Amino acid sequence: MEAFTAHTGRVVPLRRSNVDTDQIIPAHWLKKVTRDGFEDGLFEAWRKDENFVLNRPERQGASVLVAGPDFGTGSSREHAVWALQNYGFKTVVSSRFADIFRGNSLKNGLLTVVLEQKVVDALWDLTEADPTAEVTVDLEARQVRAEGITADFELDENARWRLLNGLDDISLTLQNEADIAAYEASRPAFKPRTIAA
Amino acid sequence: MGRTLAEKVWDDHVVRRAEGEPDLLFIDLHLLHEVTSPQAFDGLRQAGRPVRRLDLTIATEDHNTPTLDIDKPIADPVSRAQLETLRKNCADFGVRLHPLGDVEQGVVHVVGPQLGLTQPGTTVVCGDSHTSTHGAFGALAFGIGTSQVEHVLATQTLPLARPKTMAITVEGELPDEVTAKDLILAIIARIGTGGGQGYILEYRGSAIEKLSMEARMTICNMSIEAGARAGMIAPDATTFDYLKGRDHAPEGEDWDAAVAYWNTLRSDDDAVFDAEVVIDAAELAPFVTWGTNPGQGAPLSASVPDPASYEDASERYAAEKALEYMGLTAGQPLREISVDTVFVGSCTNGRIEDLRNAASVLDGRKVADGVRMLVVPGSVRVALQAVSEGLDKVFTEAGAEWRHAGCSMCLGMNPDQLAPGERSASTSNRNFEGRQGKGGRTHLVSPQVAAATAVLGHLASPADLSDARTPAGVR
Ligand code: SF4
Repeated sequence: MEAFTAHTGRVVPLRRSNVDTDQIIPAHWLKKVTRDGFEDGLFEAWRKDENFVLNRPERQGASVLVAGPDFGTGSSREHAVWALQNYGFKTVVSSRFADIFRGNSLKNGLLTVVLEQKVVDALWDLTEADPTAEVTVDLEARQVRAEGITADFELDENARWRLLNGLDDISLTLQNEADIAAYEASRPAFKPRTIAA
Repeated sequence: MGRTLAEKVWDDHVVRRAEGEPDLLFIDLHLLHEVTSPQAFDGLRQAGRPVRRLDLTIATEDHNTPTLDIDKPIADPVSRAQLETLRKNCADFGVRLHPLGDVEQGVVHVVGPQLGLTQPGTTVVCGDSHTSTHGAFGALAFGIGTSQVEHVLATQTLPLARPKTMAITVEGELPDEVTAKDLILAIIARIGTGGGQGYILEYRGSAIEKLSMEARMTICNMSIEAGARAGMIAPDATTFDYLKGRDHAPEGEDWDAAVAYWNTLRSDDDAVFDAEVVIDAAELAPFVTWGTNPGQGAPLSASVPDPASYEDASERYAAEKALEYMGLTAGQPLREISVDTVFVGSCTNGRIEDLRNAASVLDGRKVADGVRMLVVPGSVRVALQAVSEGLDKVFTEAGAEWRHAGCSMCLGMNPDQLAPGERSASTSNRNFEGRQGKGGRTHLVSPQVAAATAVLGHLASPADLSDARTPAGVR
């Protein structure tokens, strides 16, 4: 996983709430068996409209998505995170994320930043008025900065540490092999098994 | 201080707890299907890691499988590739797989319980948000992403922060026509699609205790539509009766030891929930959705709401968008909405009891002209049971199509889809834009409402049938 320390980029303001994962990446894209190549499926239905914000020429190359509340609701598909990353987004800002989506994003190094809706509103206003305006998401300082806007955000220390160092969860867990083995040894005999061990 | 059911199951699975870190939780059962697993197996391969516990892992094919001509090669090359990838991955790593054509094949959340693998007090995960279904047994069950699938395959654990707990207490008697589906749709309309966020929900109270396992699964299944991490119901005699004798249920001394443990799995009287919602069962009525998220629902007797009536600006906007997409106008009575398709199936309502309920309404009646009705059992076992009860005949004689088991039109990854502009009454769990096919419009309903709707051609409950007989399910 790529480490995330700080990122500065232009913004796609997405004034929609409850953007579910079916909108982020429709189900027919889920048939792919790789982790890349999902960029064309991102917001596929909405992109048919040439006025959709992602299609606007001034938004090309933007890498920060600022979305309405309850972003990423619906299915657990991690493809939603890959699609955002494949497209070029490094971070997503919203006042509220769906839990599974948030977990998936942090595992893949896509930083999801929770800010109050009034800060999200201010970011929308700023970047709609000036598409060239840049926003910095600083994970070290846990702060989002843009012209006239400075907002601190929270992220639990453990997730932050893993993102800052780009650490892979599985290797970290396997360092606790002894604990896992001890737990396995103490499991009751009545627990179900799918095949004879 | 006492603990909630969720806290008890959580505590019993902590492998490692350290200050400032998420708990490392042991996973008792890992369910796999073709859509969310390929990239996880790839990750294992790249790192040279095996599956740690093959005996706690099982796979089935469901999302892409056709429901017709299952003996022929799958037409869509991409669907076929995904199924073939799962078969190869399971063969390479030694994972038990129930492929298309197998008697244990079916929707992953129907298969786990019917095999007796889903048990009280276990932790169950799957790369699928509706894993919450298994909470009906008092299991802690939740959907995970593909990276977490890889993590569980490699370590049989997951690092997780403990969610908060919310009690949803439903007291009293559900009125005659009201089903578990109506209840959960009403709960979601009440707390909203984000209302459960960060919580494990525990459904409790006298109305919940009276429900069958199938009905409990319908409710827990849709916990995720309220944004919750998981939904749970304390195990009781109904749960034990359902499990007894199933393939993977404990036997003999193990059964006794298991039941002794399972009996401890209820929230203590002095347990404190972080939030509580109380619902009066007697006030409920058949419930349907009118919008494009499961929280946009109303009693069948109501009308399409006026977006202007919403105080919250983003809700108002969402309602406007939804009406536009759904092709509905404010004030239109819900009963006057005509449909062209009716879908009975999915991990929400594709179990035997659901099929019985739909069949009891259809028995001796006909699907209205111009309406296509698809009945898709949740698993091959459910299909066989239905056939042995003659339900397939009831459906086909009424003019419905009786199909092979799978997810089917719940999400339209296989050929069963709505055409643009088509409208369905569906017993599935999501009415998102395009969920059942591009441009398709979905109304979520119970199996009884689905069947009555098929007969009349517009949203309806069994009581609306002019020759209304005894209420559905109590024949
Ligand atoms: S039936 Fe529908 S909700 Fe259930 S697992 Fe299949 S696609 Fe998902």
